[in-house]
Amino acid sequence: MDNHSQSHLKGLENESIHIIREVAAEFENPVMLYSIGKDSAVMLHLALKAFYPSKPPFPLLHVDTTWKFKEMILFRDQTVKKHGLDLIVHRNEEGVKNNINPFDHGSSNYTHEMKTEALKDALTKYGFDAAFGGARRDEEKSRAKERVFSFRSSTHGWDPKNQRPELWSLYNGRTGKGESIRAFPLSNWTELDIWQYILSEGIDIVPLYFSKERPVVERDGTLLMLDDDRFPLREGEKVEQKQVRFRTLGCYPLTGAVESSADTLEGIVSEMLVARTSERSGRLIDHDSSGSMEKKKREGYF
Amino acid sequence: MNEIAPVAEAFDLSQYISSQENKSFLRFLTCGSVDDGKSTLIGRLLYDTKLIFEDQLAALEKDSRKHGTVSDDIDLALLVDGLEAEREQGITIDVAYRFFSTDKRKFIVADTPGHEQYTRNMATGASTADLAILLVDARNGLLTQTRRHAFIASLLGVRNVVLAINKIDLVDFDQTRFEEIKAEFETFSSGFDFDSCEVIPLSARFGDNVTNRSEKLSWFKGPTLLEHLEQIDIGSKHHSSEFRFPVQWVNRPNLDFRGFSGTVRGGAINVGDEIVVAQSGKTSHIDKIVTMDGDLISAKDGQSVTLTLKDEIDISRGDVIAPVHSRPDVSDQFAAHLIWMSEDAMLPGRPYLLKCGTRTVGASVTEIKHKIDVNTFDHHAAKQLELNEIAFCNLALSERIAFDPYEANKDTGSFILIDRMTNETVAAGLIWFGLRRATNVHLQALDVDKASRSALKNQKPVVLWFTGLSGSGKSTVANAVERKLHGLGRHTYILDGDNVRHGLNKDLGFTDVDRVENIRRVAETSKLFVDAGMITLVSFISPFKAERRLARELMDAGEFYEIFVDTPLADCESRDPKGLYAKARRGEISNFTGVDSAYEAPENPEIHLKTTAKTAEALADEIVERLLTDGFLGQNKP
Repeated sequence: MDNHSQSHLKGLENESIHIIREVAAEFENPVMLYSIGKDSAVMLHLALKAFYPSKPPFPLLHVDTTWKFKEMILFRDQTVKKHGLDLIVHRNEEGVKNNINPFDHGSSNYTHEMKTEALKDALTKYGFDAAFGGARRDEEKSRAKERVFSFRSSTHGWDPKNQRPELWSLYNGRTGKGESIRAFPLSNWTELDIWQYILSEGIDIVPLYFSKERPVVERDGTLLMLDDDRFPLREGEKVEQKQVRFRTLGCYPLTGAVESSADTLEGIVSEMLVARTSERSGRLIDHDSSGSMEKKKREGYF
Repeated sequence: MNEIAPVAEAFDLSQYISSQENKSFLRFLTCGSVDDGKSTLIGRLLYDTKLIFEDQLAALEKDSRKHGTVSDDIDLALLVDGLEAEREQGITIDVAYRFFSTDKRKFIVADTPGHEQYTRNMATGASTADLAILLVDARNGLLTQTRRHAFIASLLGVRNVVLAINKIDLVDFDQTRFEEIKAEFETFSSGFDFDSCEVIPLSARFGDNVTNRSEKLSWFKGPTLLEHLEQIDIGSKHHSSEFRFPVQWVNRPNLDFRGFSGTVRGGAINVGDEIVVAQSGKTSHIDKIVTMDGDLISAKDGQSVTLTLKDEIDISRGDVIAPVHSRPDVSDQFAAHLIWMSEDAMLPGRPYLLKCGTRTVGASVTEIKHKIDVNTFDHHAAKQLELNEIAFCNLALSERIAFDPYEANKDTGSFILIDRMTNETVAAGLIWFGLRRATNVHLQALDVDKASRSALKNQKPVVLWFTGLSGSGKSTVANAVERKLHGLGRHTYILDGDNVRHGLNKDLGFTDVDRVENIRRVAETSKLFVDAGMITLVSFISPFKAERRLARELMDAGEFYEIFVDTPLADCESRDPKGLYAKARRGEISNFTGVDSAYEAPENPEIHLKTTAKTAEALADEIVERLLTDGFLGQNKP
């Protein structure tokens, strides 16, 4: 791509559209992972652009841990309806039956069961040979190493030491039976690019990103929101109404809020410019150890 | 009203956003030998441009105590070495992409590994870079890997280079040492086609001359590294700017709309322009340039759009749309540089898949013209290519494709080779020029064809390809089958491995390269016999799956029967009809299949013969019976 004669964001947009089309053209049964967050919103917007006037020739897949914010589910259903898309919602029913939850089972076990395993289940069940994810290389160190077309074994594992060379814009989508590719069209975007693009394209996002008075409790230095009555309070914990927003969205008991008064996109971007903590610090699952994201990815996490 | 973003700041913000929009963009890579400090340099750039968040810094301090290689200080390299194995070993294994920006530019950095066994990852980083920073350790000067990386960068068309003489603190900021290395590099690089070549002394660990000018380097009058990266004009990526549009996807939402989606790779196109589909030569005019944001009147290099045409012409994925007056080359043969990236050697004649633009076709290397020694740049003859080797080769494709020389267009002049078995990307290729031979040798149309020849013989032609270990009984069974078919009045011919090696293939030995060529010639010969209408029996060890597949793909569907003569190695060895196993075990023959060269058993042979329980006669009857059932022996039953 000629990066020198088009704006930075347009350059990224064109590159992502190219990647999304390559996946649609080379795979028999692709799917787009839709996690409802801002990155998914941008990825979906790019997919709509890539195939216009056709609809994206693949369904969306949402892995529902049953602990997502209520507003996320509402937003998901509205978005799918608005664009007339196919949505597959998959849950680890065994996990739901056994009441696997982030409070009793710890964030790491819970994430493994309700996210990683549920995702692998869904991919196997529907026989998807390619899955789009909205991950970016600037998010985390092991992601910075990942290819745009990232090969997964038939057990969905990632072998970071043995990745296919990926040159120019030539992506190798060849897989054997049961093997698959995770495709990352937003690889070269940064968090700031995402926000600027949302701003310039007027993309709808979940209202949780905007500051509002919400019921929160402070636990281990993190502000957690009480999204429903399943949140067991520990002794001495007090629910407070605070002006907060979220920089990333996930399962509400594992997603830290930040105190903020930014209630517009402009406000969010200007807050970002003075921010001194990276966005994943709001996700409790990354903090176990430095290599924890790589470990999860080897096991099949996105 | 909110407290954090008051009105004054909101105003600054809109200004900030418009300044961001206008920022230019530079992709560069860092390369050089192991321990020259590539990761540390990127860590330094991120740190000095304030791209490290507080929580990342805290994690870094923790990590530095655990894995750090620089005693008390925080180890900036740990910011980029993301894999556990990399952090443990203190080395970079794979390319990492990092992002930072200054007031003037946005940057994407590819941090590439220095170790020789990861050279392919360095080429990956270089393929999308506008500029390369080559690092050297001031104490060591230019090393083999520095030369190799300079060469690969140049080959891949990176036109701007910075030689960063790092660890200048360890030679006491000595100007004489700097001048020595600079002079050596200038002599070395004069042969390359670089547009710019800047030599900068610095210390990545302490930050001298990276983003901040250093008093200790007051003798150096050039720019700091960051100043240079912010200022350099890299120009356009493509040397020529002819419009190219490889079609990715046919866009057909309903009967009234038929568009072709893709990304413009070079040049520009306007509504109304006359275009040609390079492969078919069909022409039309651009009707509309469609995007979700509205139709455009023109589209230029890098834009992802959907084109509609004035006429209904046949176009599918892999076709290239170009202006009628400047068409790309269309051929099924070309000469190219190959960078071999697989542990398994490249063998001429072996079939691979080739992906160029949006087109994937079968391909093989027909000839290695020469291999390039990356230290001396001398040319050497070669029969095969090993991991990380670079060679100039001729390639032949299964179909004609459209392409440009790499020098004219990086996107339509580049390709990858993919292994058909493992699906690995095994090579990167840069097209030099098309070969005209194939286009000028047109097939002679003949009046009597295969069908009429075989009808006269009252049979359908087929290749019976017997594969198995030496001594497995291939020739014995093939011989019995031919005798029986002959008795039935059918026209046959046997190509026997040993016999062919006395004539057609007497110039070939038993190395992997020669075995591939051996099979290729036999496969081509049996194709001629099939064309003559014969039932052709081929009795060859043919140990490699890839070559048997090559033979299969030469024939029409249903004309190739792979017959696996399955005899356990121990049985073959105890029979040893020609005494060859005994010789191989004594070391008198090398590359002997089953002893010191592999036999890859067929996975889905048409006929699988287990020889231990049956006689050769019974096995031959089985095959004749099968040919009868499958309709190869005509109408009248024997």
